[in-house]
Amino acid sequence: MASQTSTPLEYSTKQNEMNILGFWIFLGAEIVLFSTLFATYFVLEQSYAGGPTQSDLFILKDVLIETFLLLTSSFTMGLAIHQMRGNNKNAMLFWTVATLLLGLGFLYYEINEFNHYIHEGLTLQTSAFGSAFLTLLGTHGVHVALGIGWVIALIIQVVRRGITAVTARKFFIVSLYWHFLDVVWIFIFTFVYLKGLM
Amino acid sequence: MKLDEFFVTGDPLILGSQIAIGLTMVGLVVLITYLKKWKWLWNEWFTTVDHKKIGIMYIIAGVLMFFRGGVDGLMMKAQTSRPNMEFLDAQHYDEVFTTHGVVMILFMAMPLLIGIINVVMPLQIGARDVAFPKLNALSFWTFFVGAMLFNISFVIGGSPDAGWTSYFPLAGSEFSPDVGNNYYAIALQIAGVGTLASGINFIVTILKMRAPGMKLMKMPMFSWTTLVTSVLIVAAFPIFTVALALMTLDRIFGAHFFTVAGGGDPMLWLNLFWLWGHPEVYIVVLPAFGMFSEVIATFSRKNLFGYTAMVVSIVAIAFLSMLVWVHHFYTMGNSAAVNSVFSITTMMIAIPTGVKIFNWLFTMRKGRIKFTNAMLWALAFIPNFTIGGVTGVMLAMAAADYQYHNTLFLVAHFHYTLIPGVVFAVFAGLYYWWPKMFGFKLNEKIGKWHFWLFVIGFNLTFMPMFFVGLDGMSRRMYTYSESTGWGPLLGISAVGSLVLAAGFAALVYNIYWSFRYASRDIGGDPWDARTLEWATASPVQEYNFAITPQVTDHDEFWLMKKQGRNTIKKEDVKDIHMPSNSAIPIILSVAMGIVGFFLVFEWVTLAAIFSVLIIGGLIANSFDYDDGYHIPAKKVWETEQKWRGDL
Repeated sequence: MASQTSTPLEYSTKQNEMNILGFWIFLGAEIVLFSTLFATYFVLEQSYAGGPTQSDLFILKDVLIETFLLLTSSFTMGLAIHQMRGNNKNAMLFWTVATLLLGLGFLYYEINEFNHYIHEGLTLQTSAFGSAFLTLLGTHGVHVALGIGWVIALIIQVVRRGITAVTARKFFIVSLYWHFLDVVWIFIFTFVYLKGLM
Repeated sequence: MKLDEFFVTGDPLILGSQIAIGLTMVGLVVLITYLKKWKWLWNEWFTTVDHKKIGIMYIIAGVLMFFRGGVDGLMMKAQTSRPNMEFLDAQHYDEVFTTHGVVMILFMAMPLLIGIINVVMPLQIGARDVAFPKLNALSFWTFFVGAMLFNISFVIGGSPDAGWTSYFPLAGSEFSPDVGNNYYAIALQIAGVGTLASGINFIVTILKMRAPGMKLMKMPMFSWTTLVTSVLIVAAFPIFTVALALMTLDRIFGAHFFTVAGGGDPMLWLNLFWLWGHPEVYIVVLPAFGMFSEVIATFSRKNLFGYTAMVVSIVAIAFLSMLVWVHHFYTMGNSAAVNSVFSITTMMIAIPTGVKIFNWLFTMRKGRIKFTNAMLWALAFIPNFTIGGVTGVMLAMAAADYQYHNTLFLVAHFHYTLIPGVVFAVFAGLYYWWPKMFGFKLNEKIGKWHFWLFVIGFNLTFMPMFFVGLDGMSRRMYTYSESTGWGPLLGISAVGSLVLAAGFAALVYNIYWSFRYASRDIGGDPWDARTLEWATASPVQEYNFAITPQVTDHDEFWLMKKQGRNTIKKEDVKDIHMPSNSAIPIILSVAMGIVGFFLVFEWVTLAAIFSVLIIGGLIANSFDYDDGYHIPAKKVWETEQKWRGDL
């Protein structure tokens, strides 16, 4: 069993080490993917084609709530991994479910946000700005939704099998993914919302 | 949509293909059923996770796609063989040059290279398999499904017709309302998933699974080029993923990324496409360089000259390849300063490439060269590729490029880089590693026919295109008048393409002949080679190495032979862990193909419904805890005794 001093359980086998390294490289590819979407947004952010602009659309309060929910979920995910390393299955599941709820809260607000934009007259078809902005935001949102499904699948596996080298590795990987989405959101928050409201 | 819009109708050539495809498919199903081979196919091939079998499937698919892309090429050559030819109309010609480009780059070059990497790289570094065998199968099946989806376009719905680069606004739904360009956007997306997965898989394999003692700087050159190419894949393919997704959104969902109407920018597509597209050229050429390095070292009976310089140059080439994309559109409104920067970066690529050329030449110097077929391809590569390289430097000069841009000069240039650079390499690699894959050599005599017909045909086909290009003929022109004076040169070019095709036919005949008659008694090391893949049986045992080799230096297998270390002891043989076969990769990929097909026809609801299959496949995979099985030491020992003889 893993203790504080030895190698963490998720790194205990060669295959686990390779899976985790492979996922880091995948996150590298994801960085390229999001960078491309950001670059596209920066190219097209002023192309309104007569449609609404950033200052017509963004409501800082809602965005702050989303940010708060997602950042907190990253923290609770960290706590879940901490409990996993201490081999406390129940505490780990508690913090995972907390993460899940925060993630769902984020998605709820994001869907509301999309509704708000449609209401204000901004869709994918309105303007190049609309296309670029909604695609960037939507890609992040789809990632969060997939992450939620993934976490649910892993909760079932941990409940059934307990904390083993395999489930620990899977959980560690989903936590990397979750933190990554958080980092992407910080960039969206800064370079899309704050910059758009300046 | 009516049925007569669904199937392409009204062209006798395509009607012929439809009938031929239908008959071939029925024939295959009947044949497999008659031979009772379905179960065998499913268990041994469709669900396999063995890197060697996956590699062979890649190679078979690549050769088939080579045929298809080649037929496209021959049709273009027939159409331009004489002035005012009326073999193909403009629309059909547009479709043919588009599919020729896409098929040759993405469905011929890529799978042949990834196939050979799959077979050879794990053996070269002394590994049991790649890091993620099941993911490897998924890579193959997504590639295969993507390729098939792309290929059915010419009989169902119509092929893409905006060129392999598919520039906007032409490729947008306003100017290309048919489904053809949807096929482009979606089939390439599906295939791209697999390529990215391969890239990640190979990086982890090389970083984590090298045999003990094999430091990175002692790794065979082909594995080095695989590593660098894989890094390029991870860095470049997501850009294409996004570009294709944006294209799909523009075409199917009315977004405005590249359409001027909503404030979009067609130049954004060009930038994104070439940000991927230029590294892609090096993704295919670097492993080819690696193959030449292995072949030249083996048949010169010397170790590779300037190993460190070779490694530094491939890394430099990979780095520079990300910084040159604008040279594809010097003429499209950049400032002189921007063009100058990209001119310089482009010309800089000639430096590491030149270093490699000289290293190959120095490897041969004072070597005892054996003129096997594999070596002949490597020898032909050097001068032919250099012509491609030098004309590349001509094109790199932005001011001069205003003359060459979009002419046949450019087309000739990139065929002179990609055919000697990639196709010759694949041939060299196939002749070289064929015994490792199948347990017999390809015939050297028929191989000579293949070699001379192909090399002469290649030069006859593409050399005249430099001159008509300089004379002003733009690429993608489907017809020209007699007064241009291009007729004779293009006629020679068309004859050349027939010689080229005869060369390909000789390869196919060689494979058939050798399969029937070649000796099976060739041992593990028929070429007296240098690297670890030759320390295995031919064809390779399913578990690769009975005992993980201990590596001391470069060309370890050569040293093992010299020092008499190429034996194993019974007490060292242990049980070997193997991964189980899995049906998930093929099912998941077919599901992606179905969803993709519905998206092509813009049946969005159906696509959404069938996406459940993909999600289901992912969930099934997450809950799959199959841990594989072990081959007992006794069985391993028996297998080793059988091929090694006197143990």
